[in-house]
Amino acid sequence: MEPSRKLPARNDAEPRPPQPTRQVMAAIAEKARVGSLPGLLGDRLFRWSTATLALMVIALLAGFAVVLTMQSRLSLVKFSFRFFTSSNWDPVNEQFGALPFVYGTVMTSAIALLIAVPLSLGSALAMVEMLPQWLATRIGFMVELLAAIPSVVYGLWGIFVLGPWLRDNIDPLLAGYLGFLPIFQGPQLSVSLLTAGVLLSVMIIPYITAVCTEVFRAVPQNQREAALALGATRWEMIRMAVVPYGYSGVVGAIILGLGRALGETIAVAMVIGNRPEIAASLFMPSSTLASAIANEFTEATGDLYLSALVELGLVLMVLAVVLNAAARALVMGVVGQQGERR
Amino acid sequence: MSASTRDSFYLYRKLKSSLMMGLTLVATVLTLLPLIFVLAYLVSKGLSSLNFNFFTHLPKPVGEPGGGMANAIVGTFELVALASLMGVPIGIGAGLYLNEYGGSLSAPARFAADVLIGMPSIVVGIFAYVVVVRPMHGFSALAGGFALGIIMIPLVTRTTEEMVRLVPQELREAALALGVTRWRTTVSIVVRTAAAGIATGVILAIARVAGETAPLLFTAFGNRFWSHGLSEPIASLTVQVYTYAISPFANWQRQAWAGALVLTGIVLALELGVRWITRGRLKPLR
Repeated sequence: MEPSRKLPARNDAEPRPPQPTRQVMAAIAEKARVGSLPGLLGDRLFRWSTATLALMVIALLAGFAVVLTMQSRLSLVKFSFRFFTSSNWDPVNEQFGALPFVYGTVMTSAIALLIAVPLSLGSALAMVEMLPQWLATRIGFMVELLAAIPSVVYGLWGIFVLGPWLRDNIDPLLAGYLGFLPIFQGPQLSVSLLTAGVLLSVMIIPYITAVCTEVFRAVPQNQREAALALGATRWEMIRMAVVPYGYSGVVGAIILGLGRALGETIAVAMVIGNRPEIAASLFMPSSTLASAIANEFTEATGDLYLSALVELGLVLMVLAVVLNAAARALVMGVVGQQGERR
Repeated sequence: MSASTRDSFYLYRKLKSSLMMGLTLVATVLTLLPLIFVLAYLVSKGLSSLNFNFFTHLPKPVGEPGGGMANAIVGTFELVALASLMGVPIGIGAGLYLNEYGGSLSAPARFAADVLIGMPSIVVGIFAYVVVVRPMHGFSALAGGFALGIIMIPLVTRTTEEMVRLVPQELREAALALGVTRWRTTVSIVVRTAAAGIATGVILAIARVAGETAPLLFTAFGNRFWSHGLSEPIASLTVQVYTYAISPFANWQRQAWAGALVLTGIVLALELGVRWITRGRLKPLR
């Protein structure tokens, strides 16, 4: 209320409203007391119940940490650091070294980022800086659809379409021109690190593109105008004003994409060939942390085997938490407090 | 510097700019190509294997032609229903708390929800296995619904919070000024006003979990037959597509394409429907 609008002062000159009798006032007081009690109780109850539900969300995250740590106890105690330095994954003799999976995860994620980052940045820039609004909206919509397709469908497409296509068309090219590198040597298979990496790139492009678009949109218009006023071309404006301003947001978007790539399970499990070996060549099958869990969990006989698989999950969880927290902080820094919503 | 070199430098800069902007267009096209290819293959390979029996028959054993995924389609709906029973109330309640009360819990709860959204779904599967499957001594529809429900909770929490935040403050003040209690204001004014948005968020979360495979592998497990009761393993479209896709049998692989087409159809119909209704007012969660 504006301070100038005060309640009219009591003034005998003004006709006073009829005053309630004593009985009526008592009745009102009674009603207010009776009426307000459930009201206040309801308020308390509602507040506490929603608070409990919010607490459940926190407890859930804590529960993940506790459950996964407890369940991987056997393996944590038995192998400790050797778990990550040994490449010997031998369920029969109960020897578990996760290095092959770490290698597979690192390689597939690296390939995915190598392809996805330039494409996502390019399409985000095109949408924000170049294309007319109506077209950019439609493309943004299609990118969202790309993110909505279930990963098992990507996996199916990867097995029967992408994998064979890469083997027949891309692998020979890479072997021909870059064959001196050990990663492009040896037999060429359709289930391979390369197929998994390329498929992952398709799957994470929508995420990185969407966040980058948002970040570039958050760049103030006067930054662009200043660059243009200094005589910059459109590309120079992007280099001088748009990208530097949104830099940490772009890094956040990439980290978010990396988090997705690390944790993606089914599509990778379908196209990577699932072999717990460190293959030098990208044309060879391998396995990732997530795909190993998907493949072996139901077959895991023995507590130690299961515990080792849960430890793979623990590693994934820690990576996901760290990467997500970092990415969100970075993106929020650019997009601002309304980015808090996400 | 003579005028001509300055001109040629300017020309070079213009050319470079056009080239780079052209490359961003190329990147845009390359980004969208997979969408077209995936959908085209789905339709061409899936439609030919899709027939009426697919929706009404159980899977046939290897070698016998025909059969369908009726149990998997029903199973997916059952699992999603179970997940919603768990994820929707918790998510909406927590989301209301985040925006309407915003006590000391809200910062950690928001952080937890954000991190849970990025949690790899296979990890959720492990969690559900330990918490539900092991105590119940077996794979079950309940465990599958629990795993999917966990994935829904943070999604619904964050969309609810966002939708409720859009409700004008004046509405709350008007209700409170009329003597309406706080909780009635929240339920009858705030939630009513934001109902469409909250429902949208719920549908998007449903679309998301309907396409999940990894958390179901060792919770709901899969079933070649009808599932009688919630404590039995249950089939789902995603797991069925996964099993058939990695099988060596041509007939099963064809069925996998058909299943994938149906699955994608359901998920995209939900997404498209919601996007069309809200027309971009709701930001997707990432």
